[in-house]
Amino acid sequence: MDKPIEMPERLVEKGVSRRDFMKFCGLMATVLGLPMSFVPRIAEAAAKTRPTVVWLNNAECTGCVESFIRTTHPWIADIVLDVIDLAYNETIMAAAGDQAEEILKKTVAEQKGKYICICEGAIPTKDNGAYGQIHGKTMLEMTTEVVKNAAATICVGSCSAFGGVQAAKPNPTEAKSISAATGVKTVNIPGCPPNADNMVATVVHYLLLGKLPALDDKGRPLFAYGYLIHDNCERRGHFENEEFVKVFGDEGAAKGYCLAKVGCKGPDTFNNCPKIKWNQGTNWPVGAGHPCIGCSEPDFWDAMAPFYVAKY
Amino acid sequence: MARVVVDPIPRIEGHLRIEVEIADGKVKDAWSSGTLFRGLEIILQGRDPRDAHLLTQRSCGVCTLVHSLASVRAVEDALKIQIPTNARIVRNLTHAAQNGHDHPVHFYQLCALDWVDVVSALKADPKKAAELSDKVSGRPQSKKYYEGLKGKLKAFVDSGQLGPFANAYWGHPAYKLPPEANLMAVGHYLDNLRQQVYAAQMTAIWGAKNPHLQGHLPGGVTVIEQLDADRISHYLFMLREQIKFVEEVYVPDVLAVASFYKDWFKIGGNKNFLCYGDFPEGDKEPDTFYFPRGALVDGKLALVPVDPAKITEDVKCSWYEGDKPLNPAVGETKPLGGDQLKGAVPNTKDKDGKYTWLKAPRYDGKAMEVGPLAQCLVSYVGGNKEIKETVDGVLKALDAKPDALFSTLGRIGARAIKCLVNLKRAEKWTMDLIENIKKGDTKTFTDYKLDESVNGQGFGLNDVARGSLGHWINIEKGKIKNYQQVVPSTWNLGPRDNAGQKGPVENALIGTPVADPKKPLEILRTVHSFDPCIACAVHVIDPQTNEVYKFRVS
Repeated sequence: MDKPIEMPERLVEKGVSRRDFMKFCGLMATVLGLPMSFVPRIAEAAAKTRPTVVWLNNAECTGCVESFIRTTHPWIADIVLDVIDLAYNETIMAAAGDQAEEILKKTVAEQKGKYICICEGAIPTKDNGAYGQIHGKTMLEMTTEVVKNAAATICVGSCSAFGGVQAAKPNPTEAKSISAATGVKTVNIPGCPPNADNMVATVVHYLLLGKLPALDDKGRPLFAYGYLIHDNCERRGHFENEEFVKVFGDEGAAKGYCLAKVGCKGPDTFNNCPKIKWNQGTNWPVGAGHPCIGCSEPDFWDAMAPFYVAKY
Repeated sequence: MARVVVDPIPRIEGHLRIEVEIADGKVKDAWSSGTLFRGLEIILQGRDPRDAHLLTQRSCGVCTLVHSLASVRAVEDALKIQIPTNARIVRNLTHAAQNGHDHPVHFYQLCALDWVDVVSALKADPKKAAELSDKVSGRPQSKKYYEGLKGKLKAFVDSGQLGPFANAYWGHPAYKLPPEANLMAVGHYLDNLRQQVYAAQMTAIWGAKNPHLQGHLPGGVTVIEQLDADRISHYLFMLREQIKFVEEVYVPDVLAVASFYKDWFKIGGNKNFLCYGDFPEGDKEPDTFYFPRGALVDGKLALVPVDPAKITEDVKCSWYEGDKPLNPAVGETKPLGGDQLKGAVPNTKDKDGKYTWLKAPRYDGKAMEVGPLAQCLVSYVGGNKEIKETVDGVLKALDAKPDALFSTLGRIGARAIKCLVNLKRAEKWTMDLIENIKKGDTKTFTDYKLDESVNGQGFGLNDVARGSLGHWINIEKGKIKNYQQVVPSTWNLGPRDNAGQKGPVENALIGTPVADPKKPLEILRTVHSFDPCIACAVHVIDPQTNEVYKFRVS
């Protein structure tokens, strides 16, 4: 019998319940596909001094932050207070203007090579990046400096990972992914937005094992992007039986048939939506009778559109 | 005179820069700049009109859903599609849920830290905090709870890793709440971080996921089998929980904060307001809107009817070509590039200087404030009984007159009032949905033809969490020929126009006291009271269009 897992004193002092903490560690092991024997190691990793995270918002819509704050295991407040030191994030930080800029400068200088950079949004590169500026600097300049000095850069969302919506044809601002714009190799957690569970699990994997999770050739963690939506879809049986929704609102739609004939891109999309679903398992696109639009695939706004036209 | 630039403005969606000129401790002049341009309208050209609602929804992941709503309505207007009753109600329910999520998040996560001093909370007496919460809050907490919360906060501060609370304006003289009120507010800040998760679940019940819902399209909604008793009761249960939170926590907190900052009922106001109206309760629009359509002009509490043909946009001070105001249906907008753009460095020194990616929308030549305050004012004079009763009740509780609404605090209070009234009405819409299904109507989608033979023009107007939102579409040979968005934050945060009139935020900032120009906390208060959401405001352009087409007024 393994010895019981010690609740980290740091967390006890802060009023985190043992139940919440173990729930978090267990969930992380599940999402990461690790055996339950890893739970103590997750607990150990989470108990260390909080690692500093710099979260940059570039050409984006803030949907990835919004998705991230809907994590429940742990709750976002527990992540921010107990798991990471979220030093810079314009969406929630209290500091403004010069004081905000000061934090970023200080973090990059004092924690060079130690902090994790999370990037949301693409980088406009046309006209030397003039189309996106923060504190009088272009996003291109600011992001390049921050990611080059980071221990690791994690791109959340299809914009930072692959360019996203602003990079769709004809890409008016020559928006690029973080790795294309800065030359730095990144872990990519694409999706529009990605699921909070996948974002949290990737960060925890890094904290736990001191290295990034196994990735596919597009930089995506295999634990989340190793299978096609189609492979795990709850409507797969109807596909095999050739039972399809032909027009929205028809009898097939009322029976929950396969959405391939109204444009579903599940057969071309790697993601774990059917397994973990969205908003604490409330629903997911196919569950609501809407085709998958392939939002975690590169260039999906061009490669997968038109979204309501059958490919198969 | 001192010039102060606040860039970035945090706790908003998007990238905003505010510059002010300060003399004698007050703002004398102000410039609002959007510093990011994405160009979504250009990207929309040539695409399938049905895809526009998915693409435009990516304008903003905070006010997610709403661009999808305006877009499907624009396509339905262009193709003359009448959506089924169930689809209308499901859209209303999902939109109400989104508002029920957005408004408390604005108050607690985006604007509260301008009024609440987190560090001061460390000095709170837990016993007194418990007494205060017993007096003002619908969810009073015990002394033991506040001891725990204070201990948790202290341990966090002592760790030296202040995370998102680092380097803020703590201790600033403009903070007026006693330590106990600050501690209570910190507790509710954390509570709402949990509550917002539940509120977002409501939108996913029929909208698949949040952010960026996937549950409707032009013609209706995609859910049918999910309109079952299980999901309806799930929605109703969550709705009632959210109403309770708003009634017991959000509204009392707004009143409690306001009671310590009454001078802010005289700061930060505007005189002109616009509301497109929203929440159709029947097929006829805008007549059946629960929140009516209308405008208020020159600070008079009198309803002015709205004619969408009087909407114009102007790019005098924006980084686009063009020199005269144009109706959004007559798009002619060309972004500057290369040498002309001059690196997009804001020029606020010259009278004709260009300093933003936002255009300057005007109604009948006037800069109009949009958003919950405009919605409440228009509903107040436009005969919405529940809004009138709630506004009157709040004014009475604060011993304030109606003109107090024309202010920074008025804006924050109106948001809470609209949130509550909107959610309560959603209970009725849920019952309407049940009744309609009981009658045997299960229709959720109206089919239509969309091929190379199809042409049409239309627009969709909504009044959403941050205000009046309009999408204009021109479909030619079954594809998007032209697409325009005029969004709430462009109305509120837009720049000066040809006539030199300031935008609503610029105007509202004039006269704002600034105790310490190096720590312009007071500026954040007024700017945040508008709930800026800039990502959707800055791509409102259409550089390749010189197409002039007829504007259709429904």
